[in-house]
Amino acid sequence: MTLNLSVSPDFPPTHLSGWFIFNTWLQRQLNTGVHLELYDSFDAQREDIRNGKIDLIYANPYDASMLVRELGFKVLVRPRNRADETVIAARHDDPRSCVEDLGAGINIATTADPDVHTMGMIMLESADLDKTNVSFQECDSYVLVAKALLNGQADAGFFLKDGYDELSELVRHKMKMLVSSQISVVHHTLVAGPRMQEHAELLTERLLGMEEDPKGRDVLKSMGLDGWDVMEDEQTEFMIDLIDTLID
Amino acid sequence: MSEQDTGSVGEVLIKYYDGTERLAKIVDREVPYPDGKLIVSRTDPSGIITHANRAFIEMSGYTREELIGVNHYILRHPDMPAVAFKDLWDTVAQGKKWQGYVKNLRKDGAYYWVKATVIPNIRNGELVGYTSVRRKPSRSKITESEALYVTLR
Repeated sequence: MTLNLSVSPDFPPTHLSGWFIFNTWLQRQLNTGVHLELYDSFDAQREDIRNGKIDLIYANPYDASMLVRELGFKVLVRPRNRADETVIAARHDDPRSCVEDLGAGINIATTADPDVHTMGMIMLESADLDKTNVSFQECDSYVLVAKALLNGQADAGFFLKDGYDELSELVRHKMKMLVSSQISVVHHTLVAGPRMQEHAELLTERLLGMEEDPKGRDVLKSMGLDGWDVMEDEQTEFMIDLIDTLID
Repeated sequence: MSEQDTGSVGEVLIKYYDGTERLAKIVDREVPYPDGKLIVSRTDPSGIITHANRAFIEMSGYTREELIGVNHYILRHPDMPAVAFKDLWDTVAQGKKWQGYVKNLRKDGAYYWVKATVIPNIRNGELVGYTSVRRKPSRSKITESEALYVTLR
């Protein structure tokens, strides 16, 4: 039986090849066929998850809640030192210098990334802004969010901090951060579905050992990761409870 | 910082729902909520703090050791009406999420406003505690809450 691996669509495009390399590594460790299925759309990926098509997923924290509490998936590990933080940015020459300077009626460039969008909206609350008094321009990537800002099509943009940091220096110099979240306990996780459970123990052991092995280290590097840390059930539940407090 | 702050220092006897009380130093000085941070804590079902994140420690002015094992009401500011906390406990006791604006008392007697969300933590169908996440409120919501809470005290 071939198993299916997927990755939350918010991973940086520079690490696309890294996930194919990881998939090859994974098949060798499990001695079974694994197909890597990538998606551009969060909704299309969620539909396939709900239809039982995905067995292992590098999930964003928002989807981890659905995977664990509704679909019986189990979190195996989390990437080390890779918390998901959100940046709200504006053009560098914009006179507004903090979130409280933003007013009703602004246009926000955002993505379909549920974590970043949710946290971005939470950080706008201190300016009395919500979905009823701002408009959105949904972009397919953080590069396009930056483009919308620089072209003057948007007043502010929501970025995954890693996505912001990976923009070219030239682009970043034309923007400024109004605020950056510092939550540190919300992060992606590698989550195993019911058909992957029989491999869960072996897979966790191999994942944790990757950084000790030269080939494993190369795979990690290609994915832009330092290593994996084990994620206990209660740590997962804690993160999901925290996310639940942020969702209306 | 609120424009109404006087910086005045006083002492107030705070009486808690469980019959205990303490003489607390009160300083009329607001400490601004830090941008981008969430204050996170967890309690057991009776309100005893079991987890405090770094932002909670920094904003409350207590050490982690001082916070863990004490009741969450250590943060209660005397300007907060008891009815607000009754609403909180009544809501979460029904397994629902509670959200509201809260003026918190720091160890040094100053205060900070938060938008708080509290949810019950359910594990295998059992209540094991509560998670409280606080975020930065808008100035207009603080002003509204101040006006409302004066009428409820």
